[in-house]
Amino acid sequence: MNIGYYPGCALHGTSNEYEQSLRACLGALEVHLQEIKDWICCGATAAHSLNHKLSLALPARNLALAQKEGVQELFAPCPLCSMQLLRVQKEAANEQVRQELSAIVEAEVQSTGQVLNLIQLFQKVGVERLRAAVKAPLSSLSAACYYGCLLTRPPEVVHFDDFEQPTGMETIVTALGAKTVEWNYKTECCGAGLTMAGEDTVLELAHKILSNAAAHGANCVVVACPMCHVNLDMKQAAAERRFGTKLNMVIYYLSDLVGLALGLPAEQLGINRHFVTKA
Amino acid sequence: MSRIGVFTCWCGENIARTVDVDEVTRRVAELPGVRCALNYKYMCSDPGQAMVREKIASEKLDGVVVASCSPHMHLKTFRKAAQAAGLNPYLVEMANIREQCSWVHHDREQATNKAVEIIGLAVAKVRNDAALEPIRVPVTRRAMVVGGGVAGIQAALDIADAGYEVVMVERQPSIGGKMAGLSETFPTLDCSQCILTPRMVEVGQHPRIKLYSYSEVEAVEGFVGNFNITIRQKARYVDIAKCTGCGECWTVCPQKKILSEFDYGMGMRTGIYIPFPQAVPARPVIDSSVCVKLKRNGCGLCEKRCKAGAINYKDEDRLVEEKVGAIVVATGYKLYSISKEQDKASLAGYGEYGYGKYKDVIDALQFERLVSASGPTGGVIKRPSDGATPKNVVFIACVGSRDNAKGLTYCSKICCMYTAKHTMLYKHKVHDGQAHVFYMDIRAGGKNYDEFVRRAIEQDGAKYYRGRVSKITEENGKLIVRGADTLAGVPVTVEADLVVLASAMRPADGVEELAQKLNIGYDEFGFLMESHPKLRPVETNTAGIYIAGACQAPKDIPEAVAQASAAASKVQVTLSADQLTREPEIATINEQTCAACFTCVHACPYHAIDRAEVRTPRGVFVKRTARVNPGLCMGCGTCVSVCPSKSADLQGFSDQQVYAMVESLA
Amino acid sequence: MDVLPSQVMRLLQLGRPERVLRSQAIWQCVSCQTCSTRCPKSADPAGVIDYVRERALAEDSISPAQQPIVIFQKAFLNNVRRNGRVNELELTARFKTGVFLRTRQTGWLFKDAGLAPQLRKRDRIHFTSERAQDRALVERIFARCSRAAV
Repeated sequence: MNIGYYPGCALHGTSNEYEQSLRACLGALEVHLQEIKDWICCGATAAHSLNHKLSLALPARNLALAQKEGVQELFAPCPLCSMQLLRVQKEAANEQVRQELSAIVEAEVQSTGQVLNLIQLFQKVGVERLRAAVKAPLSSLSAACYYGCLLTRPPEVVHFDDFEQPTGMETIVTALGAKTVEWNYKTECCGAGLTMAGEDTVLELAHKILSNAAAHGANCVVVACPMCHVNLDMKQAAAERRFGTKLNMVIYYLSDLVGLALGLPAEQLGINRHFVTKA
Repeated sequence: MSRIGVFTCWCGENIARTVDVDEVTRRVAELPGVRCALNYKYMCSDPGQAMVREKIASEKLDGVVVASCSPHMHLKTFRKAAQAAGLNPYLVEMANIREQCSWVHHDREQATNKAVEIIGLAVAKVRNDAALEPIRVPVTRRAMVVGGGVAGIQAALDIADAGYEVVMVERQPSIGGKMAGLSETFPTLDCSQCILTPRMVEVGQHPRIKLYSYSEVEAVEGFVGNFNITIRQKARYVDIAKCTGCGECWTVCPQKKILSEFDYGMGMRTGIYIPFPQAVPARPVIDSSVCVKLKRNGCGLCEKRCKAGAINYKDEDRLVEEKVGAIVVATGYKLYSISKEQDKASLAGYGEYGYGKYKDVIDALQFERLVSASGPTGGVIKRPSDGATPKNVVFIACVGSRDNAKGLTYCSKICCMYTAKHTMLYKHKVHDGQAHVFYMDIRAGGKNYDEFVRRAIEQDGAKYYRGRVSKITEENGKLIVRGADTLAGVPVTVEADLVVLASAMRPADGVEELAQKLNIGYDEFGFLMESHPKLRPVETNTAGIYIAGACQAPKDIPEAVAQASAAASKVQVTLSADQLTREPEIATINEQTCAACFTCVHACPYHAIDRAEVRTPRGVFVKRTARVNPGLCMGCGTCVSVCPSKSADLQGFSDQQVYAMVESLA
Repeated sequence: MDVLPSQVMRLLQLGRPERVLRSQAIWQCVSCQTCSTRCPKSADPAGVIDYVRERALAEDSISPAQQPIVIFQKAFLNNVRRNGRVNELELTARFKTGVFLRTRQTGWLFKDAGLAPQLRKRDRIHFTSERAQDRALVERIFARCSRAAV
C-alpha cells in the first residue's frame, strides 16, 4: 500500500522516535510512506492563534503539494497537522476561499482527497488483518487509550469517531491482544503546545490524565499524537515532582503497540528512546 | 345580469377623506349594467343595510356591489342583508376601496380614479355571478378521540357528556397516558394518579364512550361529518369480556423480569401483565415477544389458572370499522432519548452525559417512577445501580431542548417546573439529601408557578447553578458532574449519587404516520400543525379534525386539559346538526369535457377530488371523470390552474369572471 | 482563568472587549475545542478566542503575565518564516532569550536545562536541522498573510 506522508515538524524534531516507530511498524505491514517533497510547517498553534490567514495558507500549501504528487490519501501522524489540513479542505469547498488560498500558496488547492490520522491508517490496513498478523499478543498490557483533543474535535471538521466516547483506538488495541480500560480522560486536553511556555498548565493536566488512567487500572497509556506523548512522557517526571506522586506510566504510540504485537523488537520501534520505560 | 346596485360607503372619514365618494357614485352609475348607485356614511350600519334591502326591492336588483372595506369585515353582513330582501347572497360582491385604496394612498384624484376601477372590477364580476346554494353535508354525530391520555380523556368526557357517542382509540393496554405514571403534579403537588384515575374510570364506564384499548387507527377515509375509520384491535390473547381482572394469571407467569414500559425500565413486569393496578380497562395483555406459549408452545400456566376461561392463545388482530363525524387527535409525547440510539439523523444524543451507559443517569420520567408511591421502589428513592439512597442528586435542565447544534431548537416548556418539583419531592423523601439544579433560564409563567420554583429554592433548599454541565464521569461509584455557575463566574463540580436529565419533550412515536393517514399537517419536529397559531389553536387545516395536548406542542397538564375542552367544543359545533353547511365557493368539474387525466387529483392538497365514472341512467359506462367532493374542497383553485382541458372551474371565482374583470380595465 | 469563556463571549456581545483583550484567559486557553463542540448555539468560542488573540496582538494589548506564551508563538512563527520548518534548537534559544529580556527572570533561561542532555542521549536533539528548500516561497506566503510583521 502506498500512502502520502506528511510528517510535520515534531516528527522530524524531538519526536523523531515517533517516526522511527511508524517506519518500523508500517514497513512490516508493507505500507510504503511517500513523503511529500519540500513540505512546510502546518503552522501549529502559533498560526491559528496569531494569524488566521496564515493558519489556512500553510496547510493549504501542503495539500496542494500532495495533490501535485498525485497523492489521494495523505497520512499525517500529528493530529494538529491532520486537523488543520482537514480544516483547509472544509474552507476550500468555498470557491472564493479556494482561489484565494491557491494564489497565496502559488499552487492549486483542492478540497478533495483523504487525510488520515494514525488510527484511520490502521483502520485502512484493516483491524482483521492486524489481528491475523499478531505474533506476540500484548496480554500483559492494560491500556488507557488517550485521544487528546484534536483527533475527534472539532467534529464538524475531522468527522472522526464518536467525539464524546471514541472507541477506534480501543478496537485496534484489543485486536492486538491487550486489554483496554474504561476511564474518564480520554478526550481531555494535555496542554498541547504549551509545553515550554505554559508548563504549569501542562503539568496539571498531565497529572490528572495519568492519575485517572492509573486509578482505572491502566498500566500504560496509548497515544496517537506527538504533543500528547511529550506532555505525558517527557514531562512525567516533572509532574511527579510537582504533585508528589509516582505515576510510572509508560506512554506508547499506537504504532509501538502494533509493532510489538507484530513481533518487532522494542529498540527497532524506538521505544527505548522514550523517557519513561519500565525496567 | 343587468340590474346592479352599487353602494359606496364613506366609512366615516376612512374612505371619504381620500376618495371623492360623490364623484365615484356619479361615475359608477354609468358602468354597464348598473341600475342605481348611491353612497352613505356607514353602509354596514342598520340604516345602511336597510338601504341595500330597500333598493333590492324597489329597483328589482339582481346584483349588489358594496364598495367599502375588506370582504373579511362585512361580506357576510351584506350577504345576509341581501338574503333578507330575497336576493341570493352569492350575487353580492364587495369592492375593497378602503384597505386597498383609501388607506394606502394620499392623492385624492388618483385614489378616486382607482376606486372607480376597483368598483368596475366588482361590477364585472357580479355580472357573471351565479346564484349558488350552500352545500349541505350529512353528519355522523359521533366523534373519535385518538389517544387516551389526560387530553384525550378530557375531550372524550366533554363530548360524551354533551350527548354524543365517542370512540376512543388508545394504543397502550390502558388509558391514562404519561400522567398516569407521574408521581405528583405541579404546582399543587397533587398525586397524579389520584386526580386522574377517577376520570379514567369515568371514561371506562361512560355509556357513550366506546373504548378501544390496545388498538391503533389503521386507516381513515372520508371527510368532515363522514369519516370511515378502520381500527386495528391488537391481539391481547385475553378476552376482556370474560376476564374479571382477578390477577391470578400474572402471579403464575414464570416470566418475571421483563423491563416494564410503564416504569420506563426502572422496574419489571411479567409476560402476561397489567401495566399498573389502576389500569382502565383493568384487563391484562400477553406480550407475545416473550410469552413461551406463543413462541414455542410451552408453559400455558395462565390459561390453566384462569377460572374465567379468558385466556385465548389463538387471538388475532382484528379490524373494526367505525363511522364518525369529527376526530380529536391527542396522541401526547415522548422524551428525547438520552441513549446513543436516536430516531432522527439530526439528533445526536449526549455523549458527554454518558449516552445512557451510567446506570445512575436517568431521565425525568424514570425519576417520576422512582418517586411515585406506586412505582417499582414503592416511592422510596433508590438509585438504580445499587439501590442506595442518593444523598446528592443533580438535575440537569435543557437536555436536548434549545439546542441548535445537536438537539431540538425549541424550549420544552415544562422542564423548569417539573425539575423544581423533583427537587421538592426528593427533599420531602430524603431529608438529609441535597438537590442541585443546573439551569440556563427559569421558565415558570403560569399561575403560582414562579412562587413554586422559589419554594423549591427557599424552603426545600435546592441549590440552583446557572450554567450547563460539560461532562459527567464516574469515579468510585460516584458521578462527577462538571458544570459552571456563570452568575458567580466559577466552575462547579458536584459528586452526585444520581443524575436526572430533563430531556426534551417530543411528539409520540408514529404521529407522522397517523398525520398522513388523517391528512393533517405536522412540522419538522413532528408536532401537529394548528390552523392558526394565535386564533385557531385546536383546529387543523383539515375540516373536522382537531388536535389537543402535547401532540401539538410542549405543554403542561392545565394547558392540555384546556385545549382538550376547546377541541371538544369545536367538535360539538361540527356535530351540532344533522347537516353541515359549507360555503359553495368550491371547484366544479365539467364532466363532459374532463379528459380524466387526473392531474387535479394529484394536485389537490385536500384530497378532495375523486376519480369517478359517468354512467347513463341505466348504468352503462360512458367515461371516466374527475369529480370534486363538495365536503372536502376548500376552494383553493389549484385544480383550476393545472387542468389542461379547462374543465375545472371555481364557483364564485370562475375563469369567465376573472376575464371579465380584467377586460373591464381595458 | 481571569475571564471565563462564557464571559469572553458575553463581553464581546456587550461591545466591551477591553477586558477580554487584556485578559490572561485568552492565552491560557489551550484551544482544545471542547467549548465549541459542546456549544448548543454553535457559537464557536474557540474560534472567537483565536480572533481575539489576533486582535490583542495587533493592538499590543497583551496581559503581562502571559507574555511568555505570546513570545513563544511569535518566535515559532518567525522560525517557520525563516526555515520553512521548525528548527527546535533555534526556537528554544530565541524563545528563552526573548522571554528573559521581557521578564528579567533568569529562571526562564535555565528551565528544563536538564532535559537537553536527556534528549541528546536519546538522539532526539540534532544540532543541524532540515529546512525547506523553497524558503523564498515561504517568505512570500508569510508576506501575503501579514498586514503587519508577525
